[in-house]
Formats: sequence, C-alpha cells, structure tokens
Amino acid sequence: MYLLEVRDITKHFGGIRALEEVRFRVKEGSIMSIIGPNGAGKTTLFNCLTGITKTTKGNIFFLDTEITALKPHNIVRLGIARTFQNIRLFKEMSVIENVMVSQHCRTGSGLVASVLRNNVFKQEEKTIREKALEYLELSGIEDFAEVTAANLSYGSQKRLEIARVIATEPRLILLDEPTAGMNPQETLEMMGLIKNLQGLGKTIILIEHDMKVVMGISENIVVLDHGVKIAEGTPEDIRKNPLVIEAYLGKEH
Amino acid sequence: MFIQQLINGITVGGVYALIALGYTMVYGILELINFAHGEIYMLGAYLGIIILGFFTAVGLTSYSLPLALILTFVLSTIFCASYGFTIEKVAYKPLRNAPRLSPLISAIGVSIFLQNYVMLTQGATDKVFPHVLENEGFEINGIRVTYIQLFIIAASAVLMIFLHIFITRTRMGKAMRAVAQDKVMASLVGINIDTVISMTFVIGSGLAAVAGLMVAMYYGLVNYSIGYIAGIKAFTAAVLGGIGSIPGAMFGGILLGLVESLSAAYISSEYKDAYAFIILIIVLLIKPTGLFGKSHEEKV
Repeated sequence: MYLLEVRDITKHFGGIRALEEVRFRVKEGSIMSIIGPNGAGKTTLFNCLTGITKTTKGNIFFLDTEITALKPHNIVRLGIARTFQNIRLFKEMSVIENVMVSQHCRTGSGLVASVLRNNVFKQEEKTIREKALEYLELSGIEDFAEVTAANLSYGSQKRLEIARVIATEPRLILLDEPTAGMNPQETLEMMGLIKNLQGLGKTIILIEHDMKVVMGISENIVVLDHGVKIAEGTPEDIRKNPLVIEAYLGKEH
Repeated sequence: MFIQQLINGITVGGVYALIALGYTMVYGILELINFAHGEIYMLGAYLGIIILGFFTAVGLTSYSLPLALILTFVLSTIFCASYGFTIEKVAYKPLRNAPRLSPLISAIGVSIFLQNYVMLTQGATDKVFPHVLENEGFEINGIRVTYIQLFIIAASAVLMIFLHIFITRTRMGKAMRAVAQDKVMASLVGINIDTVISMTFVIGSGLAAVAGLMVAMYYGLVNYSIGYIAGIKAFTAAVLGGIGSIPGAMFGGILLGLVESLSAAYISSEYKDAYAFIILIIVLLIKPTGLFGKSHEEKV
C-alpha cells in the first residue's frame, strides 16, 4: 500500500526551477532516501510536502487525500511531520514543553477547559506530560526534560527534534539531514533511532548526504539533480547508475 | 507624601502595565507595533460610559451597583476584544507577508479611523463618567487611598497573575510562546497560527478595555483622544521592560507609573507627560533591548 504519492510536482521560484515534474511513491512502513547534490531541490520538496511552500503544479496525495493546498497545521494533523536541516527548536522553552506543545494537534479539550482548569483538563495535562516523557525516553533524552532547549548539546537537540516529531503522532516522518554534523558514533546511534521508528510502524523519508547512512538503511532511493528526478531504485541500482555518478562527480572527459 | 505618591504611582502604573501587555504580546508574535492599541483602551472607556448609562436608565444601577459594574466590565471587555479581533483580520492579516512597514502604516490608519469615528459619533468634547463610586476612600496616617485606587491595583494584579498562569501553564499559552519563537515550526507541530494570533489580539484588547474603564472611573473624564497619550506611554513601558517580554511589560508599566508620580511630586508636575518620553529616550540610548529584553541575532 502506498502512503504517499507525489504526482509530477513542479515548483518555480521566479525563473529558478527548483522542482520539475517530480514523481514518486512511498510504501507504508518503508525507509526512503532522497539524495542529490546541493541545490537539487531536496529541501524544497520537503517544504512542498509539509505545506510550507505551495507547489506551482502537480498534486500530492497522502492516503488518498489530496494535501497539495492544505495548510501546514492541517497536514500535521493528517500525519506528516518533519525535522529541519538546521535545528529549529523552541529554544526558550524547556525540553518537555517542546514535546508537549507538539501534542497540541492531538489533544481535545479546548480553551474554556484550560482556563477553568477542570478535571478533564487536568487529567489530560497529566496524560500529555506522561506521553511527552515517553517520547523523550524513546529519543534517549529523558534526563534533560526540564532543561531549557537552547542549553542542550548539538546531538541532544537533534534528538529533541525527533522526539517532537514523534509527539505529533505521524505516520510519515521527513528527516532533513538527521546526521549532519555528527561524529561516527552519534551517526550510528541516529541510524539505530531511525530503525526504531520504522519498527514502530512509521514510514520515513530522509534527505541525507552521508552515503553510509543512505545505503545502510534505505530500501528505496530517489536522486534529484537540478530539480529533476534522475534516478530511483534500490541502493544497489543507485550505486551503479551512471547518471547518478555523473551528477555527483561530473562527466568524464 | 512619599507613600502617598507611591500609591498613586502604582495605581497609574498598573493601568500602563495592562495596556503595555497588549503591545508586547502582539510584538512578540507579529513583530508589529500595534499603534491602534491605545484606541482600544479609549473605546473601553467610552463603552463603559455607554453601558453604565444604559444600566442606570433601566434601573439596574440603583438595584445593585456591584452587579451593574461587573456587567459593565464584562460587556466592555467583550466588545473591545471583538474590536481587536476584527482589526487584526481586516487591517493586519492581509498584510502578513508584506514588508514590515506596511502593517505599521495600516495600524496608524486604524488608529486615526477609530479616533475620528468616536469623535463623530460621541462628540469632540469631554464626557463625564457617571459618578458611581464618588471619591470615597479611607485615610491612614494622613495617606489617602480611594476605593477606586484600591480596585485598580487589585484588578491589575489579579489580571496579571491570570495572564502569567495562562501563558506558562495552559496549552494555548504554550502555543503562543511557540508561535512567538518560530512561526513556521509552530505550524509544523500542528498549531493553527491564525487562531493563536487572533487569541493574542483578543486578550490584549480585553486587558486594554479593562484599563480604559478603570481610568475613566479614576479620572471621571473621557474624550476621543485619550488613547493616543496612554498608548504612547504604555508603549514606552513596554520598551522599558523589553518589548516582547511579558514580565517586562508588567514591570515597565509599574516603574513608569512610579517615576511619573514621584517626579511630578518632587520635581515639577508641569512636565508630567514629558518624563515618560525622557525615559524612553534614555532607554533607547543606553539599553535598547529594555530591562528584560534579550538581544537576538537576526535569523539567517
């Protein structure tokens, strides 16, 4: 079953063609990687999938629902969440608050209840806090729950981003360079974490430059170059594909 | 004399703080100086006169004064909150992605419109607030405290405590802080930004309405231009505390009220309004980020 279907999406910024009729499908429960040289349109693609940028043409379907024109907060509610290449936390909030605020879209009782602080609300607050701790544990940063996010180490901040993503209870997780700037040990741990997410039934798309990570965990790879999809296939296929080698290394003369 | 001025200062300062909160909350979320905010305060005062006048006419005031006053506060707050809500939708939302100067000019436009709207419908002369509480009060050791002063101080304190709890503890408060820190990211964790922005305007306007009503009761006189000077002073209070910072606005407001009443008593009362602006200039020269403000790097 396909969870996500991208049908010929095109994105132009003025004269720049960031994406040109890109199409692919993602199987539920799989890990897919998007690779390509800098400026290939990978992050733009993520922006389109999450509703931050509107596509110029084309359609995106998530579980048979068209999400092309939806607002970001509605797309999150349907079950797509993402991280950023350069970490974007709510820096002045505590670690646990970062995760709690991300459960916003999944919680029921409204404003009136939160002002009155009635029992339903208190019970729900308690559940949210417990769940948040669970997510922190899953990401391995439960010890820092009350620390202000800005004071976390780089690796822990990356983990917090993932905890926050899980908190929105997504079915599809988009990770933008999850191992960027990490040392080999941290990279290994991050790969383990991504595998764990897959084990929880999540579908994952990652943008990644580290070929060890890409080849190690993805089942399917899409290669973009200058906004065009130049190849798609298993890690084995991609490794041998002459077009990909050319895009990365240039033509042999 | 000193303690007397202290009490007067805290009274006025509480009012400045309530208005300053509206400035600072909107700035925190939209980075917009809402110049129309002072007019909401003015509308609050006028609505108070109108509503209380109506209650007097139907006999509710003589039946139960506290009930009439409470209802006046509630209704005036609701009206002003809906004004704030509408202003955001009409004058700022369409300009959300425009250059930063555009909503600022739009805000000044709204301010001018509201002042003239009230002047045309209510007249250009001062209106007298119904003398419901007179100037009753009590005296301890020669220090005179009126009930209205006591009420203003208590009401400001209670509202500020409520706001603090709302921002730090509730889900909507957390969402507001998240939106203030990173709008795009907030939308990506499922927060509806439009709702949060509307909520900010509703709360800020509600607080301004209460402030306007209390001042009308305190001074007894209202006219269409009171929002201008009160707005600018509250803005000064917000800058003094560090614009965007909620504790800063509370502190800045009270500090400004104290400085004003003490300097009016000990230096000269003729320059009462000038002190606020002297402070504004000094803050901008020495610590432009304000007392509680943080200098933040430009986002790249």
